[in-house]
Amino acid sequence: MNLTLKVWRQKNPDDHGRIETYEAKDIPEECSFLEMLDIVNERIITEGGDPIHFDHDCREGICGTCSLTINGIPHSKERGITACQVHMRKFRDGDTIWIEPFRARAFPIVRDLVVDRTAFDRIIAAGGYISVRTGSAQDANALPVSKDDADASFDAAACIGCGACVAACKNASAMLFVGAKASHLNHLPQGQPEKDRRVLAMVRQMDAEGFGNCTNQYECEAVCPKSISADVIAKLNRDYAIAVAKEATTAS
Amino acid sequence: MIKGNYKMNPLGKAILQFWRSSIGRKIVVALTGVLLVLFLFGHVAGNLLIFQGREAMNSYAQFLHEMLHGQGVWIARIGLLVAFVLHIWATISLTRENKEARNARYACDNTVQASRSSRIMIWSGLTVLAFVIFHIFHFTIRVDPDLANLPDTAYAAENPGESRHDVYAMVIKGFQNPLVVLFYIVGITLLCSHLSHGVASLFQTLGLRSRKTSGFETKLSWAVAIALWIGFLSIPFAVMVGALKNKPGGGHAEVAPPSGAPVAIADIHEG
Repeated sequence: MNLTLKVWRQKNPDDHGRIETYEAKDIPEECSFLEMLDIVNERIITEGGDPIHFDHDCREGICGTCSLTINGIPHSKERGITACQVHMRKFRDGDTIWIEPFRARAFPIVRDLVVDRTAFDRIIAAGGYISVRTGSAQDANALPVSKDDADASFDAAACIGCGACVAACKNASAMLFVGAKASHLNHLPQGQPEKDRRVLAMVRQMDAEGFGNCTNQYECEAVCPKSISADVIAKLNRDYAIAVAKEATTAS
Repeated sequence: MIKGNYKMNPLGKAILQFWRSSIGRKIVVALTGVLLVLFLFGHVAGNLLIFQGREAMNSYAQFLHEMLHGQGVWIARIGLLVAFVLHIWATISLTRENKEARNARYACDNTVQASRSSRIMIWSGLTVLAFVIFHIFHFTIRVDPDLANLPDTAYAAENPGESRHDVYAMVIKGFQNPLVVLFYIVGITLLCSHLSHGVASLFQTLGLRSRKTSGFETKLSWAVAIALWIGFLSIPFAVMVGALKNKPGGGHAEVAPPSGAPVAIADIHEG
């Protein structure tokens, strides 16, 4: 199949960047989106050009490294998958495909389609962990967890931290990511002792990183490759309100 | 300005920190939103008394102005003003942060499921602000002398020495100008667009929404928006089509209290 690619090219973080057009000819339908980019890059290199830089790692939808906005939708319009899992058979011969980086002030562009997502790491470092010695594996059911909590925690823990939620949000808000990471731990007994501290620290770090604010439009859950529900945002709002109230009343 | 090692009290610090945080301001928007929606329901219920006739409408207005020895209306006004200012202040500051956070736009911009109403919240909100200012000058402050000097003659005839404003006549006169009516239609329509997203949104912000209940919240949001749209705009529409008319001389049919309903029917039919 023959395609026209409109790709964001940007030499470095200070460059203004621009859309450049590439003709991608004779692309096999069976190849994945990233393989298609590999083919295009091979040709660019053969012609002595500068290949299109993009992030990728596992290419099997579990690492959260690929970060392409395809036709204005992070990870493309296909629901519940990452960009690396998109296959060219989902497009039609002659299509024009727009490929842009995940856009957010908190995700500065490193080069072309590569963005710096270390803001997420700093949010995790602020509170997305438990600091207890867990020792060796416990006997099953030694620590009772209700089915609802186990399910909710597991669903939230599916977050691979790719940042598509931020990229899709009209306000570049990181609420789905922070909500997922906080409720993953806040639903479980091991997460209880540090719950309030965790929520306050993660939300404050999120604000400090320059992410926007949630306006409850749920674009994030629509593009999330792990289909994480905006329920985690409601829980984050609730946990935050409780933590703030406790902080205000117990502060001395 | 206090300088040096001045320490803020812990509660003050907590409130300031709450206000500065993204979720904190959103909770303020949600809570003030609840208050404003409740006010709108009170307002529309009061307005609809106009269909019961002059006596019902004017008595209700008189009650509002005289409750708690005339202080009730001011308590309500100050409370609403505070809620309104906080709501607008918080949303404008949040919107500015949001524009900054998404500093570069996509060349190919796409939307998956965000409703149109949700995407124009700041514009519908600011138009409603302009509308509210106009509305207050129109019917509360009454800058137009034709609307300001309208004594309720029937009431004055019944209660010698007393007087009250003829709200019934004022509303009908106020809606004679098609441009005014058009602005009311635009203002109320955008208000209802604002609420179609806002009502469902406040449940999420207050942490009360989940996938299980989201259907209910979306429906409630639309029900609120549609009910208020019909309730508020039924009055200018009724005036425009001539169902509500202000008969000169204060009208004689109204001098038959205490029952308001038959009066209203008589009023409309005779008109």
